[in-house]
Formats: sequence, C-alpha cells, structure tokens
Amino acid sequence: MSSERADNHIIGYGTLTAVWVALLVLTALTVWVSRHTPGIGHVWGSLAIAAAKGGLVIAFFMHMRYEGRLLRWLLFLALVTLVIFIGLTFFDVLYR
Amino acid sequence: MSHTPPKDHAGAKLGMWLFLFTELLLFGGLFLLYGAYFARYPREFAAAGREMHLGFGTVNTIILITSSLMAAMAVTAIQRSGRRLAVYLLGGTVLCGAIFLFNKYLEWSAEFSRGIYPGSPLLATVPPGESVFYSLYYVTVGLHGLHVLIGGALLTVVAVRVGRGTIHVGDFAWLENGALYWHLVDLVWIFIFPLYYLVL
Repeated sequence: MSSERADNHIIGYGTLTAVWVALLVLTALTVWVSRHTPGIGHVWGSLAIAAAKGGLVIAFFMHMRYEGRLLRWLLFLALVTLVIFIGLTFFDVLYR
Repeated sequence: MSHTPPKDHAGAKLGMWLFLFTELLLFGGLFLLYGAYFARYPREFAAAGREMHLGFGTVNTIILITSSLMAAMAVTAIQRSGRRLAVYLLGGTVLCGAIFLFNKYLEWSAEFSRGIYPGSPLLATVPPGESVFYSLYYVTVGLHGLHVLIGGALLTVVAVRVGRGTIHVGDFAWLENGALYWHLVDLVWIFIFPLYYLVL
C-alpha cells in the first residue's frame, strides 16, 4: 500500500519547455555577447547570463521555487558561504 | 495496515540537497582557483582560451540543457502516473549524457593530438599561465565528465526501477533525487561553458 505524497507540486510540461527555451535563448545570447562586447565587459556579461541560467535551472528544473523555507534558506546559506570564500580571496588577490 | 516501513520524502530530499551543497562548494573551489589565476595571468589565459573549441562547447551546452529538460519532465511524468513516459524521458536523458561524453572524447582527442594534455612536452615550453589554464581545464571538465558518467549510471538504475514499478507515483524519491543530481551536472556546466570557452 502506498500513500500519496502530501508535498507534491507538479510543474507542467509547458512551464518546463518555456524554461528550456529561455535557457537556449540565453545560451545564444552569451555566445553573441562574448563575440561582440569588447574589453572586460563580456566577462561580467557572461557571468551575469550564467547566473541567470543557473537561477532558472535551480528555480524550475530543481523545483526550488516550490520548496519550503528550510531548503531555500539552506541554499541561501550555501551560496553566501561560496560568495564569502570568493570575495575574501579576491580581497587578498587584487589588493596585494 | 501497511507492512512497508514509512518513508520520509522530505528527509530524502533534504539529504540530497545537503550533498548537492557540498558539490557546489567543490566546483566553487575550482572556479575560485580559475578566478585567482585569471587575475594573475590575464593575457596567458586569453591566449590559451582561444585554443578551446567553441563549437564543441556550444553543442554540449545545448545537449545538457535538453537532457535536463527531459529529467525534469520525467519527474512530472511520474507524478502524473505516466510510468512509460518517465522511462522514455530518462532514456533520452541518459542518451544525451552519452552523446555529451562522446563529444568530449572527440574534443579531447583533437586537443591531445595538438600536444595539449597534462604534462605534455608542449605545455612545458609555454608560459606558466597557459599551462595553469589547461591544468584547471582538464581537472574541472574531467571532474564534471565523471559526474556525467555517475549521473548517467544513476539515472539508468532509476529508469529500470521505474520500469519495474519499484518507483511509482506514491514513492519517487529515487527519481526526484537522481534528477536533482543531473540538474547539478547541468548547473556546473552552465558556469564551465562561459569560463573556459567564452570569456577569453
């Protein structure tokens, strides 16, 4: 005997496909930006687009948008930890 | 009364996410190394980055994004009791993973044949910044490739279990967590692609 899961949130195929299309468009955009933006701008542009794509994958494909507070805060904590590591390292590397 | 032990789906998912956080920090550390060395050797990184195959990188990005879509759809399918559809979608995901690794094989073969591989005589003669770029490239992309291999094996097991009915609408923690792992593989590639193929 199996009971239905209470925490079920079903994401429709249409939503998932829309996210997929957005990811493909952003991929095309990031290739275009890397070829047509001079200087350091394309580094930040590429990273911003990658962050947007990563956000879409986490929010929809990984269901984070529909999760409870615990998982969201844990994700936030993990990302803040990563940002602290990267930030403090660059604080040292760039201003030596 | 049920004789099967009760299952804690929220706990299973929480455990998976905690594991994924350690993976994020693992690859985050490699990206941090990339950033620190990029700040130190910007010109050498630019010269080495131009040797990367943009075509392979772009095609593999599209393949992984599509495979991730199918993995996410497989979760939706099982939630709607579409077991057969879930098996097909998982098969498609694993197939995409195999194509990704085959492209990786072609790409690395082309690079090896030009003398670009860890410890090669050619890399001993180039400026130190360039050999650092290639070392980081092989470590990061190699570790990612290993994750594709593990994810593909995991999702194959999941597909078999869905086919047998062990994973079903009432209990699909295996499928959900397997898909989460696959999405992480996609997520890491989303950052590898600009850093190694585009930025420079």
